[in-house]
Amino acid sequence: MVDINQLVEIRWHGRGGQGAVTSAELLARAAIDEGKYAQAFPSFGPERRGAPVLSFVRVDSQQPIRTRAGIQEPDVVVVLDTTLLAITKITAGLKADGMVVINTRKPVKELRQEFGINCPLATVDATTIAREVLGIPITNTTMLGALVKATGIVKLESLEEPLKQRFGRLAERNIAAMKKAYQETSVKE
Amino acid sequence: MMAKRVGMEVSVAIGEAAKMANVDVVAAYPITPQTHIVEHLAELVADGELDAEYIPVESEHSAMSACLGSSAAGARTFTATAGQGLELMHEVLYVASSMRLPIVMTVANRALSAPLSVWGDHSDAMAVRDTGWIQLFTENGQEVVDNVLCAFRIAEDQRVLLPVMVHLDGFHLSHMIEPILLPEVEAVKRFIPPLKYPFPLDPLKPVSMGDFGPPFIYSEAKWAQEVKLREAKDVVVECWQEFGKQFQRHYSPVEEYRSEGADVLLLTMGSYSETAAAAIDKVRAEGKNIGLVRLRLWRPFPFAELRQKVSQARVLIVLDRALSIGGPVGPVCSEIRSALYGQAKQPKVVSIVGGLGGRDISVAGFEAIISRGIKVAEKGSRNEFEIFGVRE
Repeated sequence: MVDINQLVEIRWHGRGGQGAVTSAELLARAAIDEGKYAQAFPSFGPERRGAPVLSFVRVDSQQPIRTRAGIQEPDVVVVLDTTLLAITKITAGLKADGMVVINTRKPVKELRQEFGINCPLATVDATTIAREVLGIPITNTTMLGALVKATGIVKLESLEEPLKQRFGRLAERNIAAMKKAYQETSVKE
Repeated sequence: MMAKRVGMEVSVAIGEAAKMANVDVVAAYPITPQTHIVEHLAELVADGELDAEYIPVESEHSAMSACLGSSAAGARTFTATAGQGLELMHEVLYVASSMRLPIVMTVANRALSAPLSVWGDHSDAMAVRDTGWIQLFTENGQEVVDNVLCAFRIAEDQRVLLPVMVHLDGFHLSHMIEPILLPEVEAVKRFIPPLKYPFPLDPLKPVSMGDFGPPFIYSEAKWAQEVKLREAKDVVVECWQEFGKQFQRHYSPVEEYRSEGADVLLLTMGSYSETAAAAIDKVRAEGKNIGLVRLRLWRPFPFAELRQKVSQARVLIVLDRALSIGGPVGPVCSEIRSALYGQAKQPKVVSIVGGLGGRDISVAGFEAIISRGIKVAEKGSRNEFEIFGVRE
């Protein structure tokens, strides 16, 4: 399992416009608010709506983070968009004891067979939750709930303030979507 | 109430620092990776949170030209740019320094085209080396914020009155969300006294600025500028000492990391220095006597401090993030060698170039640079310098 008392490196896979960069930022801000050290950054360079994008988060509860290089060997991979599984090797570089958190409707067994994912796996149907609670299929805040359930990297409450600051009047619904995903995420070794 | 570290994007934090410094005028043109800095300032002005003139200009050349005017009128002036934008400003940069205008500018360091690269390195900074600006390099978001505040105090000091560039690595710093402690506004107000520009443009008291300098006076004007820039070093150091007293974070022209008595030294500038420090911890743990030196003050060049900190070592490996194509070695290394030339005791200086156009250097990468540097110092190399990791 991912040891959250050590440096944890997280890579987000999304498509431009789905909020992978925003999720990374919100998570880092929540961790910093908890007194931890954290950094978040996009994959540097130009980005296009709809194209695959990456974002990164490092969280260290003990000491300041000194590296700013892109994350090549993540502890956790979060996938916002199911269609990325077919075109990207999302487990590339994943550490031996790493885990994957995926927005999907597919059963875990099928995911393992189809995409050769052998590590611990957390799944949630974030798109349906986002459609129901937010009215749009943008899954970034929803998947924050799934990530917290899967790893305990921050407390769920710690994300509420950053979400309020980021989304203003839309914050309440985003917090609700995050909490619903937290409840519905299932984690398989 | 104790100030609290908050997670924010470094570019946004720079905007907040300029706001705390209560700037009067921001004239800027957006360019990656600097855009978020001036975007945030534009927002602060539009929302009425910062009482300043925001001048959206049509190019960087115009941005710096507008800064000349506002600074000459005695207004506290800020701008930001990067890469090609800094190049487009180039000729105006000389005017700012030789007219002794205390403009502050952050540069989100970016590679130069072609091939087109929006990513970071120090090519843009090296190209403006001789423009007469005071130039500081920073390693993390907190350092950028602190040094933007210091930059105003240094620039506007009556003994200085010169523009200051604060360099921060594009993307690796500008786009990073990280913990930052914003000082309290009242403390910043005390730290940066109001600007009293001695000869502001005023229709009632006309002055000429940047006038013709025929051969009989040009050399003298340039020498005066040279003397002033060199003398500014003491004010920079004094400002950092005062900042340390008031805010408990300390800066100096040449900083060390586990370098005392080291046999081999690595010298870096900018945000890669933190990764380099992590590599030093690793090689030290293996019992190797290797340390790190970081150059923070680039102009005026801190000759005495540098000599004092590196001359006892056997090998000095200098990492450059820019090229001097067809020239001697990396531009920083070239200056280091020049600073050490003729000294009774000096290390063998090895030039390694790396991190061009945003290429990462990992901790393992720095370990490899150190071992390669030692090898080159001992056995030589067929090249004047080497590019780390380059595919030939």
